[in-house]
Amino acid sequence: MAPVLELRNITKQFPGVLANDHINLRLEEGEILALLGENGAGKSTLMNILYGLYEPDEGEVFIRGEQVAIEGPADAIRQGIGMVHQHFMLIPVLTVTENVMLGDETVSTPIRILKRDKVAARIRELSEQHGLHVDPDARVQSLSVGVRQRVEIIKVLYRHANILILDEPTAVLTPQEADELFDILRSLRQQGVSIIFISHKLREVLELADRVMVIRRGKVVGETKTEEADQAQLAEMMVGRQVALTVAKGPAQVGEPVLEVKDLYVMDDRLQMTVDGVSLTVHAGEVLGVAGVQGNGQTEFVEALTGLRQVRAGKVSIDGEDITNASPRKLVEAGVAHIPEDRQADGLVLRFPVADNFVINTYYKPPFAKGWRVNRAAIDEQAERLIRDFDIRTPSAYVPVSNLSGGNQQKVIVAREFSRPIRLLVANQPTRGLDVGSIEYIHQQLINKRDAGVAVLLVSAELDEIMGLSDRIAVMFHGKITAVVDANEVSKEQVGLMMAGSSLEEALKQAPARSDAPIEAIL
Amino acid sequence: MDESSSHSVTPKSKDAKKKSSSWASAMVVPLLAVFTALVIGALLIAFTDPVVLDAWKHFFADPMGALAATWQSIAVAYGALLSGSLGLVEIWKALGVWLHGGGTEALAVAMVPLSESLTASVPFIFAGLAVAVGFQGGLFNIGAEGQLLVGALSAVYVGYSFPGLPIYIHLPMALIAGFIGGAIWGAIPGLLKAYTGGHEVITTIMMNWIIISISAWLLKVGGPMSRGELPITPEVLPSAQIPKFFSTQGNRFHAGFFLALITAFLIFWLLYKSTKGFEIRMLGANFKAAVYSGINVKHLWVFVMALSGALAGMAGTVQALAIDHWVGMGFSGGMGFDSIALALLGRSHPLGVVLAALLFGTLRNGATRMQSVAHIPIDIITIIQALVIVFIAAPEIIRWLYRLRQPEGEEAPIFTTSWGS
Repeated sequence: MAPVLELRNITKQFPGVLANDHINLRLEEGEILALLGENGAGKSTLMNILYGLYEPDEGEVFIRGEQVAIEGPADAIRQGIGMVHQHFMLIPVLTVTENVMLGDETVSTPIRILKRDKVAARIRELSEQHGLHVDPDARVQSLSVGVRQRVEIIKVLYRHANILILDEPTAVLTPQEADELFDILRSLRQQGVSIIFISHKLREVLELADRVMVIRRGKVVGETKTEEADQAQLAEMMVGRQVALTVAKGPAQVGEPVLEVKDLYVMDDRLQMTVDGVSLTVHAGEVLGVAGVQGNGQTEFVEALTGLRQVRAGKVSIDGEDITNASPRKLVEAGVAHIPEDRQADGLVLRFPVADNFVINTYYKPPFAKGWRVNRAAIDEQAERLIRDFDIRTPSAYVPVSNLSGGNQQKVIVAREFSRPIRLLVANQPTRGLDVGSIEYIHQQLINKRDAGVAVLLVSAELDEIMGLSDRIAVMFHGKITAVVDANEVSKEQVGLMMAGSSLEEALKQAPARSDAPIEAIL
Repeated sequence: MDESSSHSVTPKSKDAKKKSSSWASAMVVPLLAVFTALVIGALLIAFTDPVVLDAWKHFFADPMGALAATWQSIAVAYGALLSGSLGLVEIWKALGVWLHGGGTEALAVAMVPLSESLTASVPFIFAGLAVAVGFQGGLFNIGAEGQLLVGALSAVYVGYSFPGLPIYIHLPMALIAGFIGGAIWGAIPGLLKAYTGGHEVITTIMMNWIIISISAWLLKVGGPMSRGELPITPEVLPSAQIPKFFSTQGNRFHAGFFLALITAFLIFWLLYKSTKGFEIRMLGANFKAAVYSGINVKHLWVFVMALSGALAGMAGTVQALAIDHWVGMGFSGGMGFDSIALALLGRSHPLGVVLAALLFGTLRNGATRMQSVAHIPIDIITIIQALVIVFIAAPEIIRWLYRLRQPEGEEAPIFTTSWGS
């Protein structure tokens, strides 16, 4: 029997990059195929071609043995292809039903009135059939991220898709939500839906997929049944070399308290008290990991610590010196390094050359400034050194930093923040969206800083990252620190439960305790 | 991650080469925009000419005649534009006369079109720099028109109020007055943005209206700055006038031209060589990163707007002290708005602004002669300028027309931060 979907020799050239190089792909009926690859490997390009967003330079698409031309998402939908994007395409103020109808409205004749009831009934039916638990009358803005994702899935199923593409679907989910999603996908598979699952997380791929295809630099470099694969092997295929999946770190040499936060209150842009009385201490030589699902106040917490957001009440001090509401410049001078959550928006000036991005917070001081003058020679000399020391892949120090890959952009930030003496490192989502090789590198750098006696505050929504790097873990939920625990005394499942709102006692009771085996993978 | 690319930093020589090629690519679109606008302008000239239209009616009988008439019409108009703005042929002839022992008088006369073009470009250079500095800092200063008027009024006031001073004291005083007047008028929208969040596009437009109304009161007959029975200011004293060169033959070329070039160089130095310029460009390129890097963006907004206003003020100051020697209503005549186009055409780079200003000055000056010789209304220049702006603002049109590729890694220049930011 012909496969549900077959791509033959898909090739796509972008200026300077061969994004897809004669890629062949087969998807069988009722199969979950994982597409694994680093960022920029060409996974998204391939799927965008399949969904009609890009036109391939070469190659054919076959659906159930028949060649089809897909010239836009409308064609793809007609062919039964549905896509769940990484960033949800939902309108928060509308209800689930209205969101599902959008673009394909069912109306009465001859007066065109929306038939919400009819659509809602169909949504209920789909929801029941696949265990999605979505209320069609709920407004999207009131739904959690996990449920919103299920709304996206319903949108696709409602349009009778039998080929489902999910682009990095677990990036925004808690571990529990991810498990629920996997159950849903398995149930869909049972009912004959074929699924392409894009990911760079090895563990997920092995857990969920039937078959995995690895793409590196636009080419298919390997294909295997998941039962015959293991993480190390997949990682090697993905990166092209052996990768250390765990960070080698010794016990922490904990010193004096560096960062002390007392009863901190911070508001978000909508004037909601998003950080609601947080107290924390980070010592020299330790990594304190703040675990939490995105949107529980971590962003505002970090912004308040780094001078980007006003503290409403409470006290922050470094080495005993009060720095509450100090300016970013004063904090830089006090020895605070900040790896911001959104590297492109906050951490880099994309149009500036790499060399200039190394000095965006030190340009005003010698040796980079001589009086009023910018000292080019010193900037260039430092750029050369940092590019070499941090192994930043760039054609030169003078190309705009926007030309670099995400991993190398992050390395530019890390190199800059580590290029001056620091006491406290605040790293917010330091590896989000990065490839395995860069993650490995940045994790090692964080641990090196810890071992050099720097206090490290790590904020991450990736539980594996928190578990792999932290010496102590603080769980943040609804703006409060609900527990601070020794990282060696809890299991991942227990932290996961606390991230979802359980108290420490409940979590310890409900989830399996930590086995003594070291954590398998941090990726 | 591209592992094949080299780790090491490219040597300087290669880098210099890269820089020059990016320079060339930055020039392509503006040059083609000007060229295309001139071509469309030519078609407009030809096909609004009754002679040409008549010839085209008989196209099938006499196709060559129609084409010849078209060509003739364009050649006369653009010929007049060229001779009126540059007059290189006349200069060449006069040079010959002079070299063969003739007087310098003919040469001075022949130089008039060129010197008038350079003279006309002087205020454009200042005003273009004003808008360009704003763009570099992410601010859209639409208030050059008003700042220019404030500058001119301040300079002229000082220029007629202090008799008996030597030129080396009086002239600098008048220049500084114009500079400060513009700076204050520019700083107000900067302060409003920094401390109340008022968007500079709105506030600078309103500041234009305010100064236009104030100047109407100042200059009305019997008003505080009027000249007796006339609604204009008194004449600037000779000790505050910017000196002209060879003014005997009606040449108005003056020292302000060199002041403009020096200012352009200083702005270049400020933007690209100083730490302040590093801050300004960072603010313009990424506001959030500027905050992250510890810049006091409120102070910087005020500084950039004050500098922008001061430069615009200098445009009015130099024009008033060198050419007009007084200020009346309608003094600026839209120059402040033309300067926005100039800054766009010059890609907000001081050198680009100077080149664009020379082009605008030349077109403006040549258009006068075109009107008298070829009877082409001067408005055609306005249309050509507008087309240039359209093509610069929508470079895709040019890329499509000439089948250019989007240069790699180059984004459209960001002129201003978004509304309400």
